[in-house]
Amino acid sequence: MNIDHEYRTDISSGWTRKHILGLQDLTKDELNIILNQAAEFKRLAAIGETKLTPLAGTVVANLFFEPSTRTRISFGLAAKRLSADTVDFTASGSSLSKGESFVDTAKTIEAMGVSYVVVRHKTPGAPQLLAQHLNANILNAGDGTHEHPTQALLDIFTIREHFGKIEGLTVTLVGDILHSRVARSNIWGLKKLGAHVIVCGPTTLMPSELSRLDVEVSHNLDDVIDRTDCLNLLRIQFERQRGHFFPSIREYAHLFGMNKQRISKAKDDVLILAPGPINRGVEITPDVADGPHSVILGQVSNGLIIRMACLYLLHLQRTASLGIPG
Amino acid sequence: MKSILIKNGHIIDPSQNLDVQGNLLIEDGKIKGLCQATTTADEVIDATGLIVSPGLIDIHVSLCEPGFEEDETIESGTAAALAGGVTSLGCLPNTSPVVDDRSSAEFILLQAARAANCNVFPLGAATKNNEGKELAEIGQLVAGQAVGFTDADHPIENAEIMRCALEYTRMFDRPILNRPQVPELTDKGQMHEGFHSTVLGLKGIPAAAEEIMVNRDIALAELTQGRIHLMCISTQNSVSQIRRAKQAGIQVTADVTPHHLTLTDQMLETYDPNYKVLPPLRSQEHIDALIEGLKDGTIDAICSDHTPHASEKKTDEILGADFGIIGLETLLPVCIQSLIIPGHLSWSELISKLTRGPAKILGLSKGTLLPEADADLTLINPEIQYILEPAHLKSSSQNTPFLGKELQGRAEIVIVSGEVRYRAEN
Ligand SMILES: [Zn+2]
Repeated sequence: MNIDHEYRTDISSGWTRKHILGLQDLTKDELNIILNQAAEFKRLAAIGETKLTPLAGTVVANLFFEPSTRTRISFGLAAKRLSADTVDFTASGSSLSKGESFVDTAKTIEAMGVSYVVVRHKTPGAPQLLAQHLNANILNAGDGTHEHPTQALLDIFTIREHFGKIEGLTVTLVGDILHSRVARSNIWGLKKLGAHVIVCGPTTLMPSELSRLDVEVSHNLDDVIDRTDCLNLLRIQFERQRGHFFPSIREYAHLFGMNKQRISKAKDDVLILAPGPINRGVEITPDVADGPHSVILGQVSNGLIIRMACLYLLHLQRTASLGIPG
Repeated sequence: MKSILIKNGHIIDPSQNLDVQGNLLIEDGKIKGLCQATTTADEVIDATGLIVSPGLIDIHVSLCEPGFEEDETIESGTAAALAGGVTSLGCLPNTSPVVDDRSSAEFILLQAARAANCNVFPLGAATKNNEGKELAEIGQLVAGQAVGFTDADHPIENAEIMRCALEYTRMFDRPILNRPQVPELTDKGQMHEGFHSTVLGLKGIPAAAEEIMVNRDIALAELTQGRIHLMCISTQNSVSQIRRAKQAGIQVTADVTPHHLTLTDQMLETYDPNYKVLPPLRSQEHIDALIEGLKDGTIDAICSDHTPHASEKKTDEILGADFGIIGLETLLPVCIQSLIIPGHLSWSELISKLTRGPAKILGLSKGTLLPEADADLTLINPEIQYILEPAHLKSSSQNTPFLGKELQGRAEIVIVSGEVRYRAEN
């Protein structure tokens, strides 16, 4: 059932962008187009319209140069829901053979008739590089510690769904801001949509000159929790960071973990998000993770529709630029 | 041997405060001196519109031979030097094997003689295999004509080894050249730490990584009475520390690269690996301080830090790319762009940083047009404008962010030992 004609004009008009490389580049209007398109896909899913056909006959390549099972599955399923064919390429880390460049690998895969490339890479800027060298539309699925736009969009979508708006909310990102691509994308997106953003974590996990991004920087969660509408708990990679950026897991949990006692200081309707697999008992205690404020599993299903929306919008741009009638 | 008359040139020689319109005679490979336009010579070069300068000297260049001939050879590197107006260069011992014994220094001299392009002065390793653990055979290297000692791109990390190196080289009156960077603070860093590294998600290298070691080296030079030369200074604080040390009479010299005078960390926004250099490109306030340091004599020389990489080593993704860019052929135009056109330095001041300054650091009897000096000259066309194309480059590698950019000024004619070795093509 090809139903895209019904909603295309009112929701997605104004979308002209060829790639989604990060939220730094997107305008407020473009962010809203993606969020509204995702809402439309969510509405359709709710009435049982789960298999749509706009991308039928096209090929989406998922190029994962860094392992991430969850994100890869989510992108793969999003493509299939839109009836695209998919090709998957997974290379562990920098395991390309010596002399074979990343761009050459991507070009080879593109030559298999690929129109859309979803790319995950440990090097910041890798999606920009593909955008320069490929004809395909590029969707960034996380580039090193730079950006992870679809993860941030699904966080923002989840917040908007809960509060009905973004403007005027106070959103606090807690944890490792330094190494987090999700934090960077969230900051760009939330600021553009009118939220007040607080970043909160140990001083050692904050990058330089962060406040130039117009965010409030805090190192004391208890100071900011009562002003916060939404807490986004970033994952700590303990194996890498312990003993270097902070002394112990216990101390981290003591200072920045979300537990029953701390949540009692928060607003009654505070929303708790956590992208990626959480360390139960560290960033968040199990009772809070499974409690009424948490929307962690809801985030996962919203991830699927955000990725559908992004692929769909890239498809609209492509057909428009090729002069193909939708 | 033959004589050459250079007519009607704008002769600038900072070593004798010379800045005149005139004629210069060369005979038997040596400078004879100023002369009349009517003087007879075997060859006459019309230098109308050109600056006649002592040959440019670049004291840290990677020639990559032996060991990394895919990046550069002594022949291609010295050809690039000539095309950039450089008549003498000091080459880093970052080869394989490392230049840490007499025979390897002599090999460089042999290959340079075979290439017969510019003069090459080998820099010896300060420590065996540039590992920073044991002193290299510095006395043997001096016998093999090494003019200074350095572990090239490896900072000499151990303070006790640095102390010994500075003490030991005093016997030979040779400097230690160090690249000040505290390794723990540069580890995995890709660019200057600041606002742009935060936005780009690239690990930063703080200015303090350099400044801490600058401070240490100055303290050790004071302790030992040795000569320390700090390579590729890039921060505001480094400049002020060196300024204070010089005022205190400590034997410290410093150089800066043209790219650190022109490009900022903001250029990394494109993730172009050709902006990935060590030390990293910094912010405008650091550039301003470096220019102040050049003006007041805190910084003695400008060097290209020519670092060729075959294209597969400067890969498309920035994390996998090696640090460094080539610089011999853009040395002069980038200096003109960053120092002459904005009016920061006069031509005489710039030429001093490219001739007399580096010659003094390594104790070379070069960089002057005084009578009886070696007839090494660079005739500079200061006005010519052009787009830098790959075909212009004599270097084997093309890793430069200036490709495709509009440049001004170039070496028109280059004379080494009284012989015309290079003429620019149209
Ligand atoms: Zn240098």
